[in-house]
Amino acid sequence: MRSSIRDAARVAINTYPFSRLRSFGERIGIVAFTMMLLFAMSQSLWAHEFKAGDIEIVHPWSRATPDGAKVAAGYLTLKNDGSEGDRLVSVSGEIAGKTEVHEMAVDASGVMTMRPVEGGVEIPAGGTVELKPGGFHIMFMGLRQGVKEGEAFKGTLTFEKAGSIDVEFDVQAIGGAAGHDDHGG
Amino acid sequence: MMTMAAEAKVWRSRLIASAILAVVVFGGLGAGLAVGLFGPAAQPTVQIGGPFTLTDQTGAKLSDTDLRGKPFTVFFGFTHCPEVCPTTLWEMSEALKALGPDADRLRVLFISVDPTRDTPEVLSRYMQSFDPRIVGLTGTEQEVEAAGKAYRAYWEKVPTADGDYTMNHTASIFMMDGTGRFVGTIAYEEQADARLAKLKRLIAGT
Repeated sequence: MRSSIRDAARVAINTYPFSRLRSFGERIGIVAFTMMLLFAMSQSLWAHEFKAGDIEIVHPWSRATPDGAKVAAGYLTLKNDGSEGDRLVSVSGEIAGKTEVHEMAVDASGVMTMRPVEGGVEIPAGGTVELKPGGFHIMFMGLRQGVKEGEAFKGTLTFEKAGSIDVEFDVQAIGGAAGHDDHGG
Repeated sequence: MMTMAAEAKVWRSRLIASAILAVVVFGGLGAGLAVGLFGPAAQPTVQIGGPFTLTDQTGAKLSDTDLRGKPFTVFFGFTHCPEVCPTTLWEMSEALKALGPDADRLRVLFISVDPTRDTPEVLSRYMQSFDPRIVGLTGTEQEVEAAGKAYRAYWEKVPTADGDYTMNHTASIFMMDGTGRFVGTIAYEEQADARLAKLKRLIAGT
């Protein structure tokens, strides 16, 4: 009985020898895999969220500004979990003298147009609105200081119904989030 | 059974129909091929490009005649620009990096359409965040106006609260050859590899 267990163990060890895991390549592989796993898991921690009433604010972010720039753009996703519509009526940021929400578009002739959004951005009941490159963005003007990569800054969003909430804008590199492609979040 | 004459008539109309079809199909193919092969070269039906004299971020004058011999790209923008201008300048910096030594065979110009706020000093500081080979240009209202006219670039001020303004402007990059002739544009939406391919063709002169 005991010997049969020992035999089974020997067979198992011969089939899957521990020494295999001791090879250098194997160890590197295990370490790399573990790090990739940790990295993948940490992504969800970085995509930070805030909540004001029924409004979820997902991942406010901005881009580092060029030297001496006086404006910066802010982006985020708004989700309305409630049963009635709401509006993002105003935004402020600690970095800026004043802040507006603008809508940007590039027309067929290649002209970029920008216009302040009158009356705020509507978030329909149960709907999602993305402020992302190539569309709506928060325009921070009269910057008091440059926006630097990795240095998050504070801001306040005010909704018509959900009220005000303080959020934090993550700062990516200039051209961060793959330039202007659809990688808003 | 048809008569000979009727049969001949049918054949003739078939022949005409086939001929028309052939013209349409091969004509279409030919046109498609021509666009594919000579697209950028066949594009300039309007005159884009022309004389200008502006001031670069070091305070030195630069005019179109100084640019002879090397292809160049022109982008109109302004520093109070939240998205398109920094993104384009960053993308052109990345493109220059990707071009490697070939980047020296190309000039990249950024012309401010907001000369009131974008003085050479402001530009000098702003351009530090991008590839140092990119030339930032500004000038008097008239000088910038003349450059914009030459390139058929469009811009206008858009008032914001408190008497401030932002700007709408042409966001395409103009590609010009070493003789100052218009070759084509790079649209703002274009992907990095398409942009790079166009720049490589521009440098190669094909």
